[in-house]
Amino acid sequence: MDSHSRAPDEGPPGGFRPEYRTELPADVERIPDLLEELVRRGRAAGFPARRLRFNFRVGVCEALANAMRHGASEEDASVRVEAAFSAARIEVTVTDPGGGFDPSRVPDPTTPENLTLSTGRGVFLIRKLMDRVEYNAVGNSLRMVLYARGGPAGEAK
Amino acid sequence: MTFQVQTEGDVTVVAVEGQLIVGNRQELKQTVLDALEAGSRQFLIDFAGTGYIDSSGLGVLVSLSKKIREHGGELRLANLNDDLRSLFELTKLDTLFQISKSREEAQASF
Repeated sequence: MDSHSRAPDEGPPGGFRPEYRTELPADVERIPDLLEELVRRGRAAGFPARRLRFNFRVGVCEALANAMRHGASEEDASVRVEAAFSAARIEVTVTDPGGGFDPSRVPDPTTPENLTLSTGRGVFLIRKLMDRVEYNAVGNSLRMVLYARGGPAGEAK
Repeated sequence: MTFQVQTEGDVTVVAVEGQLIVGNRQELKQTVLDALEAGSRQFLIDFAGTGYIDSSGLGVLVSLSKKIREHGGELRLANLNDDLRSLFELTKLDTLFQISKSREEAQASF
C-alpha cells in the first residue's frame, strides 16, 4: 500500500515535523548504529516492539542502503535522515544527493525470473513492511510511515 | 557479523552470529566458495545466532545457492527465527531455499 506523491518541489514529500535529524556519511557500515538510535527512540516513544524490531528496522535499513548505494556515490556524500516518533506512528524521511530514480519502474523480485537475482529486493521490502511509502518527484527523497496498528484503517502488515 | 565454519560428516556447516547485513557479507560468500572449490557439496547455514538479515544478505544467499547448485551441491538453511522466516516468505525466497527447523532436521534431509 503506497502512494507516489508527485510534489513539484525537490525536498522531502509530505509535511511532517521531524524531531530527529542527522546527516549520515554515505558509508553502509554506519547504518547499524543509526538504526539502533532510531529504534531506541521508537521504543522510548512507546511504539510496539515487534513492529520496531522488524517492519521499522528492515524498512529503514533498506532505505538507507539504497540511498547510499544509488544516491550518494560522490566522495564526502551524505544522506539526510529525519524522523518523528510517537506511540502511534513513526515517520522517517531519507534524502540523498543523487539524481533520483523512478520507483514505479522497479521490477517485482518475486516473479520466477527475478527470484534468482541477487539484487532488487530493497524497494519491495520497504513497500511490504511500511504502511505508507512516498517518493518525491525526483525520486531522491523517500518518506516512510509506520503505524502502530498497521495502515490507517487499522489493518496490520 | 561473525561466523564459524565446521564440517559435520559431508556437510559444511556455517553458523552465523550477529547481523548479516550491508557491508559484511563478502567474507561469508568467499568462505563458502572456497569450500565449494575444495570439493564440499553439502552446505548448511545455521541462523540460530542471528535475528536479522537485509536484502543484500538475502542476495548473497541467493547467489551462493545458485553457485552451489551449479556444482551439483545442496544448500540448506536452518534455525530461522520468526523475523527471518517472515522475510523469506515476503520475498518468496522460502520457495527457493530448503529451510529446516533445526540442524538435525537439515542433516537428516541431505
